[in-house]
Amino acid sequence: MHNWTVIIFSLIVALMLSLLPMPEWAMWARPAWVLLVLIYWSMTLPHRVGVLTAWMIGLVMDLLNANLLGSHAMAYAIVIYLVTRMYTRLNMYPLLQQGICVMIFVILYQFILFCIQGFAGALPASNWYWLSSIVSMLLWPWLFVLMRDCRHRFSVA
Amino acid sequence: MTAFSSIKAWLSLPVAPIQFIVNLPAQWIGDVRTVINTHDNLISENLRLRSDQLLLQSRLQRLIAIESENNYLKSLMQSAQKIKTKTLIAELLAVDSEPFMNQVILDKGARNNVYMGQPVLDASGVMGQVVQVGPITSRVLLVSDPHSGIAVQDVRTGTRAVAVGEGYSGKLRLLYVSKTADIQPGDIFMTSGLGDHYPEGYPVGKVINVNSNPTAQFKEVMLEPSAHLDNSRQVLLIWMEQHA
Repeated sequence: MHNWTVIIFSLIVALMLSLLPMPEWAMWARPAWVLLVLIYWSMTLPHRVGVLTAWMIGLVMDLLNANLLGSHAMAYAIVIYLVTRMYTRLNMYPLLQQGICVMIFVILYQFILFCIQGFAGALPASNWYWLSSIVSMLLWPWLFVLMRDCRHRFSVA
Repeated sequence: MTAFSSIKAWLSLPVAPIQFIVNLPAQWIGDVRTVINTHDNLISENLRLRSDQLLLQSRLQRLIAIESENNYLKSLMQSAQKIKTKTLIAELLAVDSEPFMNQVILDKGARNNVYMGQPVLDASGVMGQVVQVGPITSRVLLVSDPHSGIAVQDVRTGTRAVAVGEGYSGKLRLLYVSKTADIQPGDIFMTSGLGDHYPEGYPVGKVINVNSNPTAQFKEVMLEPSAHLDNSRQVLLIWMEQHA
């Protein structure tokens, strides 16, 4: 129970960060907060946070964003499935290499959303759309260290 | 399908706390700004608002006379007229959604009798319409969204058209304008009241660009929306007659 409290709290904070108002010039640069936190948890605790959690959080994200219901859910679930398949390798990588993997995951996530948006009829008509993956990669080492300290501090296992 | 969208609207209730919490910092910044405002600033603002009010009051007096005359003439011509009876000021929640979503969230919902398709205005023009009504929040589709269409009319010449959103650029585009139509840059387009969604006579946008390409079938007209779509904090909800 205690473990889940910490995990869900971190995910809610990530959801809030993804809603926080940003200035106009930074609007494409928002990192994929929720996905990053999900990747961290499914990498370190794959027996707790998996595809199902990703799916649920994706539904919440869709409700918050008024996207097509299920679009984020599907994108998160697919990416987290890949993460849980290769979590042992990801844990062995140094931070830099992890960051590159995370960028690939975020690009995949954005690509899935891009396709869904295309079908739904409102394609983001700017190549800045893909900037988010690079920002996420640059943020990853800091987020990783922060989340690891949180995990040790609250002894989540 | 309607059942599903109503479930989706109800599900906006459990996620509303997250939106309200994210809204708090922006509200605090506003509060702090009010607190640290100097006495002099407040006095000068008060004076300015008072003179504005006087000006608007005097204009309103004339308008009331004109409106009653207009109603009288319309009744003579036996044409249908719509009188707006009820309005409500709503506040936008300072919540971002993804950059390609041209939607905003209001802090009024079904408990304030907001209805689906309700027009939303700000101080300078039409902002959009309500597309989802939750119990305590509602979602507004801005006029700049590609899914939004609005019946408009040129103030100068009376040319009618449909204005659709251009997506993330924040502009509007007129559909099916014949090449001979008299439209010039600087013309103001207002709602025509056709389509029964928006009340008649509110400004929608100003023409910034007219392009009549000989190979295209229609004239290409771009509008700059009159409403401040990205920096309004307070908006006006209007109840059309059949919903009031």
